[in-house]
Amino acid sequence: MVPLSWYLTFAAALFALGLYAVLARKNAVAILMGVEIMLNAVIVNLVAFWRYGNPSDIAGQAFAVIVFAVAAAEAAVGLALIISIYRRRETVMAEQIDLMKW
Amino acid sequence: MEAVSAAQIIFIVVALLTVATTFLVVTVRNLIHAALWLVATLFGIAVIFVLLDAGFMATVQIVLYIGAIAILIVFAVMLTRRVMQDVGPQSNENWWLGTIVAAVFFAAISTLLWSIRWPALPGAVVGDTVLALGRSLVDPNQYVIPFEVASVMLIIALIGSITLALPGKQSE
Repeated sequence: MVPLSWYLTFAAALFALGLYAVLARKNAVAILMGVEIMLNAVIVNLVAFWRYGNPSDIAGQAFAVIVFAVAAAEAAVGLALIISIYRRRETVMAEQIDLMKW
Repeated sequence: MEAVSAAQIIFIVVALLTVATTFLVVTVRNLIHAALWLVATLFGIAVIFVLLDAGFMATVQIVLYIGAIAILIVFAVMLTRRVMQDVGPQSNENWWLGTIVAAVFFAAISTLLWSIRWPALPGAVVGDTVLALGRSLVDPNQYVIPFEVASVMLIIALIGSITLALPGKQSE
């Protein structure tokens, strides 16, 4: 069988790459992609811990399903915000969206 | 250590491919290409779920993430594309700081991970986990309240995103 630490290292690598996208990308849609990758890495961790813990306790998978729902809501609201900003300001560059910066 | 099993070979191949496509997602200049590489990444993660005996999660991953979220992202890229004609750098001037933070994070987490003795073998899966998951989400003694709260949250997110994206009066 595959050791648990392999899954966790894989999820950590995905999370680090998503973190890089959030910190370094200019385009707001690319930042949102980074957030989605990070959420997915978290779900991989949850399912791996469920599998290697006590699989008859379904809590790990139930938690992961809730995280899926939150990720879907986050994507919908985030993309609606980006489209709304684009319509008003003609840009999706995170550094030009500075209305609340002073 | 004993010989590498088939599951381990599949895991290594899929994990390396997935990390490679994720690297392309976060670095490639053309955002449409990034969104398509994101689909490849999400599919690789679905394969990882199958390896973890979580068939329902793999199905939800493909239907929800690839079928809904990734397509939504492709639409968003297309709707906002005119100003970002893929010219110039796609990362801000602090990209090196982001690289350092991400690398330090990964190094710290993985050294921590490899210093812990994890349970060597997964527990045996008894019965139908999909059935157990479905029961637990509607069982008053288990997770029916988180489930209902999540559904209310989805409705609110749906209404909220429609309201946000509507071409309302331009009150600038």
